[in-house]
Amino acid sequence: MTLDKNQERIVTSDNLLTVSNFSVMYDVDPPVEAVRDVSLTLKRGEILGLAGESGCGKTTLAYGIQRLLKPPAVITQGSAIFHDKAGEDIDLNSLDEKQMRAFRWNKASMVFQGAMNALNPVVNIGKQLGDVFTTHRPELSRAERHEESARLLEIVGVGRDRLRAFPHELSGGMRQRVMIAMALALKPQLMIMDEPTTALDVLVQREILQQISDLRKEFGFSVIFITHDLPLLLEISDRIAVMRAGKVVEINTAEQIYHHAEHEYTRKLLASFPSLTGERGDFVRGTSSVETGA
Amino acid sequence: MTTLEFKDVTKRYRIRGTGDFLALDKVNFTLTSGKTIALVGQSGSGKSTIAKILTQLERATSGEVLLDGKPIPRRGRALRSYRQQVRMVFQDPFASLNPYHTIRHHIERPLRLDKVVPNEEVENEVYRLLERVRLEPNDVIDRRPHELSGGQRQRVAIARALASRPSLLIADEPVSMLDVSIRLGVLNLLADLQRENNLGVLYITHDLATARHFSDEIMVLNRGVVVERGNADDVILNPQHAYTRELRDASPNPDKHFAAPGTTSPRS
Amino acid sequence: MRFFLRRTAFYLFTAWAAITINFFLPRFLKGDPVSAYIAKNQGLISPDAAAALRTLFGLDKNQSLLEQYISYWKLLLSGDLGRSFSKGLAPVTDVIASALPWTIGLVGIATIISFVIGTTLGAYAGWRRGSKADALIPITTFFSTVPYFWLGLIAIAFFATTLGWFPASHAYDKGASPELTWDFIGQVINHGTLPALTIVVSSLGGWVLGMRNMMVTVMDEDYVTVAQAKGLPPRKVLINYAARNAVLPQLSSFALSLGFIVGGTLVMELVFSYPGVGKLLLDATNAKDYPLMQGLFLIITLTILVANILADVAYAILDPRTRQSEA
Repeated sequence: MTLDKNQERIVTSDNLLTVSNFSVMYDVDPPVEAVRDVSLTLKRGEILGLAGESGCGKTTLAYGIQRLLKPPAVITQGSAIFHDKAGEDIDLNSLDEKQMRAFRWNKASMVFQGAMNALNPVVNIGKQLGDVFTTHRPELSRAERHEESARLLEIVGVGRDRLRAFPHELSGGMRQRVMIAMALALKPQLMIMDEPTTALDVLVQREILQQISDLRKEFGFSVIFITHDLPLLLEISDRIAVMRAGKVVEINTAEQIYHHAEHEYTRKLLASFPSLTGERGDFVRGTSSVETGA
Repeated sequence: MTTLEFKDVTKRYRIRGTGDFLALDKVNFTLTSGKTIALVGQSGSGKSTIAKILTQLERATSGEVLLDGKPIPRRGRALRSYRQQVRMVFQDPFASLNPYHTIRHHIERPLRLDKVVPNEEVENEVYRLLERVRLEPNDVIDRRPHELSGGQRQRVAIARALASRPSLLIADEPVSMLDVSIRLGVLNLLADLQRENNLGVLYITHDLATARHFSDEIMVLNRGVVVERGNADDVILNPQHAYTRELRDASPNPDKHFAAPGTTSPRS
Repeated sequence: MRFFLRRTAFYLFTAWAAITINFFLPRFLKGDPVSAYIAKNQGLISPDAAAALRTLFGLDKNQSLLEQYISYWKLLLSGDLGRSFSKGLAPVTDVIASALPWTIGLVGIATIISFVIGTTLGAYAGWRRGSKADALIPITTFFSTVPYFWLGLIAIAFFATTLGWFPASHAYDKGASPELTWDFIGQVINHGTLPALTIVVSSLGGWVLGMRNMMVTVMDEDYVTVAQAKGLPPRKVLINYAARNAVLPQLSSFALSLGFIVGGTLVMELVFSYPGVGKLLLDATNAKDYPLMQGLFLIITLTILVANILADVAYAILDPRTRQSEA
C-alpha cells in the first residue's frame, strides 16, 4: 500500500521535541500535582496521541510546554527542548517573555476545541487570522496579509469569501477549520491539538481528521493530539501516551497499545469503549465490569 | 406490559423569517417493557425533540403519542400516573439534581409523592434503591450532589428515576458527560436494572457502539426522519441505508483499523 | 438592516407614547392652575398666550379632545412648549434652553471623563488581577458609596473655603454675563471644576468595578488564551481581545447614564447653586409652574430615549451577534 511509504516519509527518526521530567503544580491549598515527572519525545512528522480522562493533566502538560499556564499553576521542574529545523536546540524554559512570544505559533501552534469559544465572537475571522501575520510577519503589507489569510481559508476548504464572516455565522465544523487554518498560518513544525473534534458530530469529526491528516502530509508538521477518545487516537496516532493522575503510565505505538497494552489502566481505558463492529459484548480489549461506587 | 407508541408524530417549529423547520417527520415506533431501543442521531436529527415530547416540554404538531393506547394526558391525576410510569434520566446529572438538597431528599420525594410505599417504609426503600444502583447508602445518603463524583450523581439520578417504579425509562445521553472509564459501568447498571425490572428503555445517544451493545433495536434518525430501524447488530453490521453506513464508517473503529495488516497509519 | 428598521419603529412608538402621556397628564390634574394664574395676573396675559395655555392644559372647552391633541402636536412641532408661570411668562423653550447647556456641559463632560478613566482603570485592574491594582476597587467604591451631597459639601469646605482654589458656587462670576471671551470661558472652567470633580469621584467606582469584573470574566474565555498562544504582545491581547469584549456591557450603561445627565443632577446643582436643569425642575415644582414641568419632563424623556438609541447603535456596530439575533 502506498500508505506505508507515505508513513515512512512523514515520520522521521529525528526528534522535534524532548520533554524531560516535566512537573506542574497548582499552588493551592493543598497543592495539586497536575503533571508529575513526565518525559517524552516527539519525532518530526509524528502524531503523538495524549490520552486520558478529565483531570489527568494532559491539557496542563500541553499548556506547560507552550508556557501558557496561568497562576496558580507553576512548572516545578523539568525541561522542554524544541529541536528546530534550522539545527538549533531551543530550551523553552530559558526563553524570556519576548522570545517565548516569538516562538509561539511560529514554531508551535495550537488548535483548541474550536466549536466552543476559541474565536473572538465580535471580531471577524479575517482580522483574527491577520493578527498572526501582523505580529510575526510585520514586513508583510496589508494586501499580502489579506492574500495569505484568504489562501489559508482556501486550503482548509472554508473559502476566501468567508474572510469577513463572524464566528457565529459559521457552523462548528467550519469554525474548527478556521482554527486549523490559523494554526497553519506560519507553517509551524508542531501543532498541539486539544480535543479538536470533541464537540463535533462524527461525520464532521471525520472530515476534520481527514483534513489534519492531509495537511500533515503536505506540510510535514508534528502533532500532539489530546483527547479522551482512545478509539479515535488508535486510528490516527503513530504513538500514544496514556496519562493518569499527572503521570504518563504508558507510551507506545498505537498498534502495541491496541494489541499489547501493558499498563492495567491502559487496558481498563481500552475496555471502556465497546467495539463498534466486533462481537456483541466484546469490547475493544478485555471485558467490562460493573464498577461499584465509581 | 406497558406500551408507548409514536404514531406519525410530526413536530414543526415556526421560525420567523426563514420559514418552518420540520424537526420530526412522521415518526413511528413502539417502546414496550422488557426492550431497549436505541435512538441514534447527530445533533439536529430530532432525537432531543422526541425526548421533549415524552417529557411534555413540547407537543407534537400532528400525530399521536399513546401510552397503552391512550394519549398522553395533559393534566391532573392521569398526567401524574403517566409521569410515574415514564421516567427520565438526563445527560447532566449535576443540572438535574438540586444542589441544596441531600441525596435522601431527592429519592424520598418521588416515593412520598407517588405513595410508592407506606411512610414508615420510605427510609428502607431509599436504602434499597441506593443499593440497587450500586452505591453504599451510608456513604452518600446525607451528602449533597456536589460532594459526589459524576458517576455517583448519575447513579443517584437513576435511583430517583426508579423510585416510583416506572415501567419505561427514557435515558437521554445518560453517559456522555461522564468520564470514559465509568461510562460503561453506568450503562451496564442500566442494562442490569432493565433486565431485573423488565423495563422498557429508550436510549437516546449519538454513539453507535454503545447503542449496539446496550439495546435490542436501533432507530437511526436523520433530519427528523427515521431512515433505518432494526435489530441492533443488523443495523450496525449490515446497514441498509446510506446514511447509517456513513455514520458507521465515520465512527472510530480501531478493530477494523487494525484488522487489515500493515495499516498502522492514520486514515488517509 | 431589518434590525435598524425594527429598532427605529420601536423608538418612534416609544417617543409617541411619551409625548401622548405628557399631553394627558395635566388634563388629569385637579383644579385649574391656568384660570387661577390668569385671574391673578389680570390683563398681563395676551390673548395669544392665554389660548396657548388653554390648549396645553385642555381647558379650551370648545375643542374636542382630538382637536386639542392635534393642536398640542402643532404647538410641539413649531417648538412651542407654552409659557412659564414662574419665569414671567417667558417661553418654556427659552427657559429650558438657558439651563440646558450648563447641565449638559458640566455633567456631560464629567460623565465622559468618569467613564473613560473608570473603564481604563477597571481594564487594568482586571488585567492585573491579584496585583496591587486591586486596591483601586475599595478606594473608588468608598467614594461612590459616600452620599453625594456630603461629598460635595466636604469638597466645598476643603477646596473652596479652606484652600480657596475654586469658587464654591454658581457657573460664573457674579456680574459677568455669558459671552464668548477667554475671560468668561476661564470663569466657567474655574467654576465647573469642583462640581465636575465631585461627580467624577463619586461615579468612578461603578465604572471601575463593572469593567474590572467583566475583564476577569473575559480573561477566562478561550479566545484570550488563543490570542496569547498566537504570541500576540500583551498590549494587543489586552486591547484587541480582552478589553474589546469586556467594554461592550460598559457601553450600554454609559449610553444610559448619558440619558440621565439631563434629569438626574439635582443634588449637585443644589449643593453648588449651579443654574442647570435639575434646579430648574425643583423651582418649577415649588412654584407649581406646570408648563415648565411639562416641558422639562418631555425633554428628559426624549434625552433618555436618544441615549438608548445611541446605546443600541453602538452595540450593533461593536457586536455583530446582536444584529443577527434580533433580525
